[in-house]
Amino acid sequence: MSAVSTLEAAAGYKASRTLPIWAEVRRQASRRRTQLALGFMVVLPIIVWAAFEFGNSNPGDDEGDGGGSFSSIADLATSSGLNFALFCLAVSAGFLLVVVVALFFGDTVASEASWGSLRYLLAVPVPRARLLGVKLTVAAGYSLLALLLLVGTGLLIGTVRYGWGPLGSTIAAEISPAEGLLRLLGIVAYLAVTLLVVAGLAFLLSVLTDAALGAVGGAVMLWILSSILNQIEALGDLRKILPTHYTEAWRAMLSTPIQADELAKGAISAVVYATLFWGFAFYRFTRKDVTS
Amino acid sequence: MSALTAGLRRAIPRLNRRRAVPVAATLVVLAAAAVWAARPTTDPWTTEDLRLSGDSVELDARFYLPRDRAGKVPAVLLAHGFGGTKESVRSDAESLAERGYAVLAYTARGFGRSTGQIHLDSPDHEVKDAQRLLDWLATRPEISTDATGDPKVAAVGGSYGGALALMLAGQDQRVDAIVPSITWNDLGQALVPQAAGTSATGVFKKSWAGYFFGNGGAAPLGGAAAALTGGTDAGRGGAMPATDPACGRFAEDVCKAYLQMATGGVPDESTLALLRRSSPASVLDKIKAPTLLIQGAVDTLFPLSEADANAKGIAAAGTPVKVAWFTGGHDGGAGPTSDSDRVKFLTVQWLDHYLKGEGEAPGDDFTFSRVAGFSALDRGLVTNGYSTDAYPGLSGTGSTEITLQGAAQQVANPPNGNPGAISSMPGLTGRLSSVLSGGIALDVPGQHAVFESAPLTTAAEVSGSPTLRLRVASPTGEAVVFVKLYDVDPNGTATLSAGLVAPVRLTGLPAVLDQAQPVTVTLPAVVRQIEAGHTVRVTVATSDQAFLTPAAPAVYTVAVEPALTLPILTGKPIADPSGLWWWALAGVVGVIVLGLLALLLVRRVLHRRRDVTVTEEYADTPLVVNGLRKAYGDGFVAVQEISFTVQRGQVVGLLGPNGAGKTTTLRVLMGLTQPTAGEIFVFGHRLVPGAPILSRVGSLVEGPGFLPHLTGYQNLKAYWHATGRPWADARFDEALEIAGLGDSIHRKTRKYSHGMRQRLAIAQAMLGLPELLVLDEPTDGLDPPQIAEMRRVLQRYATDGRAVLVSSHLLAEVEQTCTHAVVVNKGRIVASGLVDDIVGESPSVQLDVSDVPAATRILEELGVRSVTAEGANGLIVDMNGTPRAEVVASLVGAGIGVDRLVPRRRLEDAFLTLVGDNSRGSGDR
Repeated sequence: MSAVSTLEAAAGYKASRTLPIWAEVRRQASRRRTQLALGFMVVLPIIVWAAFEFGNSNPGDDEGDGGGSFSSIADLATSSGLNFALFCLAVSAGFLLVVVVALFFGDTVASEASWGSLRYLLAVPVPRARLLGVKLTVAAGYSLLALLLLVGTGLLIGTVRYGWGPLGSTIAAEISPAEGLLRLLGIVAYLAVTLLVVAGLAFLLSVLTDAALGAVGGAVMLWILSSILNQIEALGDLRKILPTHYTEAWRAMLSTPIQADELAKGAISAVVYATLFWGFAFYRFTRKDVTS
Repeated sequence: MSALTAGLRRAIPRLNRRRAVPVAATLVVLAAAAVWAARPTTDPWTTEDLRLSGDSVELDARFYLPRDRAGKVPAVLLAHGFGGTKESVRSDAESLAERGYAVLAYTARGFGRSTGQIHLDSPDHEVKDAQRLLDWLATRPEISTDATGDPKVAAVGGSYGGALALMLAGQDQRVDAIVPSITWNDLGQALVPQAAGTSATGVFKKSWAGYFFGNGGAAPLGGAAAALTGGTDAGRGGAMPATDPACGRFAEDVCKAYLQMATGGVPDESTLALLRRSSPASVLDKIKAPTLLIQGAVDTLFPLSEADANAKGIAAAGTPVKVAWFTGGHDGGAGPTSDSDRVKFLTVQWLDHYLKGEGEAPGDDFTFSRVAGFSALDRGLVTNGYSTDAYPGLSGTGSTEITLQGAAQQVANPPNGNPGAISSMPGLTGRLSSVLSGGIALDVPGQHAVFESAPLTTAAEVSGSPTLRLRVASPTGEAVVFVKLYDVDPNGTATLSAGLVAPVRLTGLPAVLDQAQPVTVTLPAVVRQIEAGHTVRVTVATSDQAFLTPAAPAVYTVAVEPALTLPILTGKPIADPSGLWWWALAGVVGVIVLGLLALLLVRRVLHRRRDVTVTEEYADTPLVVNGLRKAYGDGFVAVQEISFTVQRGQVVGLLGPNGAGKTTTLRVLMGLTQPTAGEIFVFGHRLVPGAPILSRVGSLVEGPGFLPHLTGYQNLKAYWHATGRPWADARFDEALEIAGLGDSIHRKTRKYSHGMRQRLAIAQAMLGLPELLVLDEPTDGLDPPQIAEMRRVLQRYATDGRAVLVSSHLLAEVEQTCTHAVVVNKGRIVASGLVDDIVGESPSVQLDVSDVPAATRILEELGVRSVTAEGANGLIVDMNGTPRAEVVASLVGAGIGVDRLVPRRRLEDAFLTLVGDNSRGSGDR
């Protein structure tokens, strides 16, 4: 040990090397909730498959709902692997994926704070902006992984059981398998973009609170609130600024040609909201007193 | 659940002075937005409700004038659809008034509050009414004129109002421009259409005719009448005299014509004459006003062929004509927004040029739209607009021939048309999607013949009227059939485009097919892309619920010749505004990326400019705290002013009661909290949150913090990984030895006891053997042997130039572990220095003796500094260097029993004196 050292930092310390991405990936990977969330993404298509196999599957016998495009996606779910994957996405887009994304983003900082390990990371010192940046990147990676696991498993199970066929949709002609796969990936990409809103919200709450459950639950609750407001037609054009207004626009990918208009608007809305939420999260976290 | 609510409670900030400002600012912004949204607005127009005289009737009218007008303005005569009133054109009137036109909207005779009877746009009645209105407009001072009594005026209207505009322009040359939409050319052909190339009378369109007759018939009080354009106040004309229940407000001749036509299905001469008089077809050659014809492709009442006939007739007279199609009409409503926007734009462009003289002459180009799919959000239709250089008519710019297959088939005509096939649902406007997707089309088995093509190899952009040749044999010599063209997708879903059918009445037919002569059938014009892989199916049906078919049952034989001609029209796509959104998205992302880059740049510059100077005088001092002060946002001051130094080789104890500010000081020291004032130097480097110099400091602040799902070993590893420093520098084995957890190191930390966690945390703080170790209450939770061990560890640690700062509220701990002590109370330092200095060299002793007065006397003789009695048997003795053994020997020698002798240090005295009796801090922070 050198008796006199005037180095600015300990030997080997470099701010940009603290909390490497892989370290954070491993920190999260070892958590039960990460494993459960990702596992469920694999299990869900299996459950859906089992429901179609063993349930009283009579798709045409739908309670006469008729025009709803959801029922049409359900009716077609067993027509090909692509449709099965699409169905898996459709049933989880509204809530499950929101919860999973909120979990990955809302839990990440708040749980460190509640364990007390956050202050030791900051004392390493991991620069605060870097800490958030790494946490954000890893949470985004896990969320994307969850989405891809869901659609990948759905595609695999669907293709094995129902075969590789064109992507059917009742609002347009069938889409050839190759094009259909692209469309499916497009839907995944769009869903990923719209989920940025909940990602931003959960992350912001995660920075503001020490309670991981509060951040996750709060983000999901606000999401639901926005969805409810979006159902109220009387709000008119005000609904267009709701963060969840364009979440259903992925269905536009099923028509031929793709109705890109709302996709673009939805992407703008999501990107702007996510930037605001994340921006505020960074602003707040890099200035706040960590008292947990 | 309670964790959730607790978390939420924490997530929702409590209001304090610091937060009040942003909260108040947000509220102000919201309130301003609400006020702005709810502000009273002044319409840019004024209105005046009038009763104007028509041709011996009184007309209910409303006159709109632009509020800001410079001089005189041109006028628009706005006519409503059948069953409507001046109210049903209100939004159109307002948007035109906003564009700087005076608008005269009025209720036609026989509707609403206007008096008179319905004469079906008769040149002798309704058209004359409109002429009186032109006279009135000419007298208004606000209206610009071409000549005295000749106002600058355009006639605009849809359906019933559109025909009026055409006929007014044909009858009165004062009209300067007209924009008729979704209207008829020949009412006879529209109501009794015939699609075959024969002179036989057509087939009565009973459902549409009945719908309108009912609409006008129920007029005086029937509030349920719905207008074409949405008006519902047709029944407010309460002042009307009692009317004939059979005819309502219809004029007698119109009523009679309808009754005659609806009874037998074949109009007689007088009926035909009446319909002809009410048709623009008769006056087209006299129209000199430039005409913009707008027709809907989803219209089973007035299909595209009506506008086509109007356009040809008007163009033949040399008058400028422009045609536009949109996806909508009597069945489809106003169509998607993109279509109604285009129609609005064309109308304004037309009026601006021909009325105001503004803008270039609208070209000859023709625009139309085609369904592209469904909107994902509102389930509405989305259309793409296309344009061509000139209006191509109904035969397209090219054609493609499709081969139909299918032998001659026998089809039954059901008696009285029941059951009947379904093609369209007149009166259900706005059901565009169901009409277009063919959801309601239905053929009755046994009543239709099917002829189908092979799947198309390439997509066909059909725009116009397909044609085919049909042969029919009938035992009665007469037959009524309906020819329909379905687009069948590979799944077998058949779509009847827009619900359009071609009604055919053939007479003089042979009984056997061999002798039947083929007739050409022109199907209604459709705009549709038939995709590759789809088939085209032609159905010949004997019944249709929208039409009146022969009552007698019969069996026809029908055959279709293989050749089906589809008119093809390829338009240039009109620039799609959705492209703009993608650009907007790119712009937004670009701005965000640029902002991010700018932010990074600023940070980098700030990072370069940050204070990296080493304060030389402190360069070899592990820790210098200078005038530290911390006031929290809510005004609570946790640390008033604290200054102290930790030198190499020292173990410094930060001693103070709970709430004295110890932890806050350490928090600032770890960069977790920003100090309000003062500065901290670690080895001469200024310490700010996240300063790299912190990497030379190991810490345990406010208890351990571990990932509960990892083992102790994994936790230490994870921590060291987070530092990003080389593995070899961690000195892992030494740290593990200090932790002394044995095999428990491989258990999950969530199963650890408090003491185990504490030891692991100390080990974590010592990872990498940092030169300065900061420990907050390190012995908390340790048992006595462990405490003793910890003391040894800390004392050993502070060698080799390292230093340790320990905070504690336990006197004994500081006294036994530390070389130096800093005593703090209520955020201030009350004493500091060597522990021995503070304690003093002459510790006092507490004695319990059997005889206090005797003992006091003996002790005073021994020359101690002071003797104070405490309790019944106790004495506090300041020894003043006298060895304890001597004291005991003297007392025992004097026959005084000594029960107990306890050394009493002055630190406790000092501490109690310093902090006073009130050891409670000023807050638990």
